[in-house]
Amino acid sequence: MDSQQVMHPQRPVGIIGYGSYVPMYRLPSTEVARVWHGGGKGPIREKAVAGLDEDTATISIEAARNALARAEIDPAEIRAVWVGSESHPYAVKPTSTIVAEAIGTTPYHLAADLEFACKAGTEALQAAIGLVGSGMAEYALAIGADTAQGRPGDALEYTASSGGTAFIVGPADEALATLSGSLSYVTDTPDFWRRAYQHYPSHGGRFTGEPAYFHHIQAAAEGILAGLQARPEDFAYAIFHQPNVKFPQRVARRLGFTQEQLEPGLLSNVIGNTYAGAAITGFSATLDVAQPGERILVVSFGSGAGSDAFVWEVTEALAERRSKAPLVSDYIRRRVEIDYALYARYRHKLLVK
Amino acid sequence: MSGKVAHDWRLKGQRYRLEGEECPHCRVKIFPPRDICPECHKPAKEPYRLSGRGEVYTYSTVNNAPGGFEEYTPYTVALVKLEEGPMITAQLTDVTPENVKIGMPVEMVTRKLRAQGDEGTIIYGYKFRPVLQA
Repeated sequence: MDSQQVMHPQRPVGIIGYGSYVPMYRLPSTEVARVWHGGGKGPIREKAVAGLDEDTATISIEAARNALARAEIDPAEIRAVWVGSESHPYAVKPTSTIVAEAIGTTPYHLAADLEFACKAGTEALQAAIGLVGSGMAEYALAIGADTAQGRPGDALEYTASSGGTAFIVGPADEALATLSGSLSYVTDTPDFWRRAYQHYPSHGGRFTGEPAYFHHIQAAAEGILAGLQARPEDFAYAIFHQPNVKFPQRVARRLGFTQEQLEPGLLSNVIGNTYAGAAITGFSATLDVAQPGERILVVSFGSGAGSDAFVWEVTEALAERRSKAPLVSDYIRRRVEIDYALYARYRHKLLVK
Repeated sequence: MSGKVAHDWRLKGQRYRLEGEECPHCRVKIFPPRDICPECHKPAKEPYRLSGRGEVYTYSTVNNAPGGFEEYTPYTVALVKLEEGPMITAQLTDVTPENVKIGMPVEMVTRKLRAQGDEGTIIYGYKFRPVLQA
């Protein structure tokens, strides 16, 4: 792998604020199994479910407010608000303008919604790195959030969940974690899709595994490790996209990472797959425990398909600033279990008119 | 419906950011903004963003909702006493009616208030939830 494939901004950048949000309702896998398969267990313990008044905009707003609390900057200094999601509330009309208005960034900023299945959030992050790294902007906000829908009875219904994470990218000297480099690896691989006007996505079954998830994550991870001349043991933590529990564990093993490196950022067993929020909420939970000097590898995966890989190094500023907003574990602990009937109501699966 | 869009748009500052006013004469905080100080009756137009922290002053559970809110029943509407002084009427969220208590500390969150049917706009605004336990 040629090291030129690793991207570096013109000036050093990092994350100056991060924040997450996870809704409080939880649907145990056993509920999905009970309704559709007469009992048994699913691939995870439970998933987070958005309430009736929550969507990708409201999740993004709370995550962004948490990021802003940690960044301690004037929101009017942010020059871009980018929201990556596959569940934007409108087909046409940006989510990002709602978020920007709610946090007080309006009006001098770029705003756009991105879509690339589960990697839309890291795509936003790459763009924010570019904007700040080029010197065009001092700060940029990148968000990945979803209220993912699984077709009732489909395997994805066990895991498709709600949540999101926001990052404010800024100059490295203000950062909680500085960027060592990033890499993107993308091909046209139709493993999962949703056509216009369709409510539920379709997927290629087992095709979503080897040629999609594993190929792209491994290529991106191997590329960035080679380019930065780093080895798995150089990292304190690694986060991979987490559509379930076993995929990230398997890809970690293949790449030479241990269960311990995955541990703080592997959340799918307790919140499910938050799609565009998945890898980055795992990263957020890892920043909640990381120490200065530790290196973190983050590799997302979005169906369609591609991966974004990032290497970060934690700075001294993290410990003091992380206490200024709720931790991911605070949201995970705020848990109200619901049954399939309430889940069907909350996710608008009932025909009421 | 287009007239409604303009109405909602005008309210976005107060709905999204809890933006009220501060009286330049007696420093009282005003919400919703009304441009005249309710205390000293002088002009008061300085925008002031409220913290969103407060407590439940009183509340009522809505079982028969007005148009546009039917899907959320049962829900609780509360008078919330904000820490800066103003009293605000708002829905509570992330709490079941039986768990609401007078004096309960709450914080502002931005949530979906309602949608103008399947084709209209989605209206977002403030609600209050029990303070997140860290």
